[in-house]
Amino acid sequence: MLCIENLSVSYGVHRVLKDVSLEVNSGEVVALIGPNGAGKSTLVRAISGVIPVESGRIYINEDSDAAHQGSRSRSSVNLLSLPPMPRARFLAVVPQSASLPPAFTVWETVLMGRTPYLNFLGQVSAKDEAIAHLGLQKVDALDLSERRVGELSGGEQQRVLLARALAQSTPILLLDEPTSNLDLHYQVSFMETVSALAQRDNLAVLVAVHDLNLAARYADRVSLLVDGGIKATGTPRQVLTPELISTAYRLPVQVIPHPFVDVPLVLPGNK
Amino acid sequence: MVRAPANNMKIRPYLYTLLFLFMAVVLSITIGSVFIPPADLGRILTGWLNRATFSEPVKTFAFILTDIRLPRTVLVLLTGAALGGSGAAYQGLFRNPLADPYLIGVASGAGLGAVLAMSYKWPYSFWGLMAVPAAAFIGALLTVFLVYALARVGKTIPMTNLILAGVAFGSFATALTTSLMLRSTGELHRVISWLNGGSSQAGWHPVLAMLPFLLFGLGILLLSGHVLNLLQFGDDQAQQMGLPVTRVRTLILLAASLATAAAVSFSGIIGFIGLIVPHVMRLWFGADYRRLLPLSIIGGAGALLLADVMARAVMAPQELPVGIVTALVGVPFFLWVLRRAKNQGYW
Repeated sequence: MLCIENLSVSYGVHRVLKDVSLEVNSGEVVALIGPNGAGKSTLVRAISGVIPVESGRIYINEDSDAAHQGSRSRSSVNLLSLPPMPRARFLAVVPQSASLPPAFTVWETVLMGRTPYLNFLGQVSAKDEAIAHLGLQKVDALDLSERRVGELSGGEQQRVLLARALAQSTPILLLDEPTSNLDLHYQVSFMETVSALAQRDNLAVLVAVHDLNLAARYADRVSLLVDGGIKATGTPRQVLTPELISTAYRLPVQVIPHPFVDVPLVLPGNK
Repeated sequence: MVRAPANNMKIRPYLYTLLFLFMAVVLSITIGSVFIPPADLGRILTGWLNRATFSEPVKTFAFILTDIRLPRTVLVLLTGAALGGSGAAYQGLFRNPLADPYLIGVASGAGLGAVLAMSYKWPYSFWGLMAVPAAAFIGALLTVFLVYALARVGKTIPMTNLILAGVAFGSFATALTTSLMLRSTGELHRVISWLNGGSSQAGWHPVLAMLPFLLFGLGILLLSGHVLNLLQFGDDQAQQMGLPVTRVRTLILLAASLATAAAVSFSGIIGFIGLIVPHVMRLWFGADYRRLLPLSIIGGAGALLLADVMARAVMAPQELPVGIVTALVGVPFFLWVLRRAKNQGYW
């Protein structure tokens, strides 16, 4: 389980994240929603150690069963104090597919996910290859293995990035707006894969998303981030209310029950 | 079906490149103002194994071999290796196809050091002969250090800052160098020759002086293939996959700069090897740096040897500065490779 406590991040004098606290349990998908500039990507980058943190704590409780009370179990790892390699064994990040070097094949790219477990020469064992293979299998991209990444579509690239993160074999998965460049088919199939993986492999998944209805449909809990602070955290029904969403996005919205799934459906515009 | 490439596919690039290097070495040993016929070469080699003594003319050939050709061949080989390896490393570090080993000022710093040293008449002793290379080496390293210190932002070194600082310092050093050149009309020919790779220090001393820096630098670069692959994904993703980006980048920069500085100090500024050889290797054998680095090292050695042979043979007994040959011959060759490349666009 991933615990973020009172996290504050600044870019120079400008405070981008203010006192953010959030918990992600193993086996659940938490969707991070909020308007542009709220700090969703910043939060993901801060957790993964790419930008420095001003104050606050980020730790992982490995005993997922005792997670409920929010108390720290004995095996608690302070993520902020870890150097990059050990940290990469605890959490993996799926970025937006924008910056992928086109020359590597899918197989080579996914194998790079094994880096935290390889020596500095990057020598790969049969076990590493098996894990990479399994990762590709889980995202249904085995047939793409020998293709060059530059030849793939956006949706295929995103699946490859997910396979790479899965190859990293971490208990926590962070996804930074993975569906932003995907068409409707890939948006749904990607989120379904993520949701199924969270449950089946008992992963703690934090997904930053733009699309509120994807969040409602596939997340167990939703967290609303506005202007660097968490406005609300809870089930989709609790957070996706007209009051909260209209205020956050500065746009009147309606929320109705989804016609065939038991989740709220957010529609922009007045009655 | 997911399968690693068959073993002979993995070895073939190395075989081809090593063969190329071997041929270049043979050419370099036999060709010069005195041509050593291959038959005599063979006799000398077997003679060494049997500890036989030679009679003329083989004896002269043997002397030329040990005291002139071999050290020259090894010097050029090592220089080409350093330039090829550093070029590949810089292209990987900066994720830029225009990167070459002189990007952050090694060449300009070395040039300034060398020209400063050449404006003074050093005694004809061991240390006197070492003065120019030593000054070049110090100039190169000082420039890299200054550029690096200038480019730092807190704990990180943004690549753009490095390039900008390198270009800025480079221009500054070049301007100083040019003004020095304009003032010392006597040495001008020697300086221009040096700045184009026309330095021909004979004997084994230069080789021995270069060797520690080269072994250290190239050794680190040879081990950096996987790391350079990771860096292609960008700093963020590389760090998220577990790489301590700043530390690793500093180490690779240091290794590449040391190797380049050592190479340049004894041979002068030779361009295009560091830029073109890695590109040719990438076009022929792929962008995996674990393979690209060793292949660029071997390829760079062979390419520079060939250029050196041409430089000696074209205007024999005079020598053309090697840097001119690498540009005049290297560029058309590269353009030819580029046109024929199947993997165009996969950088």
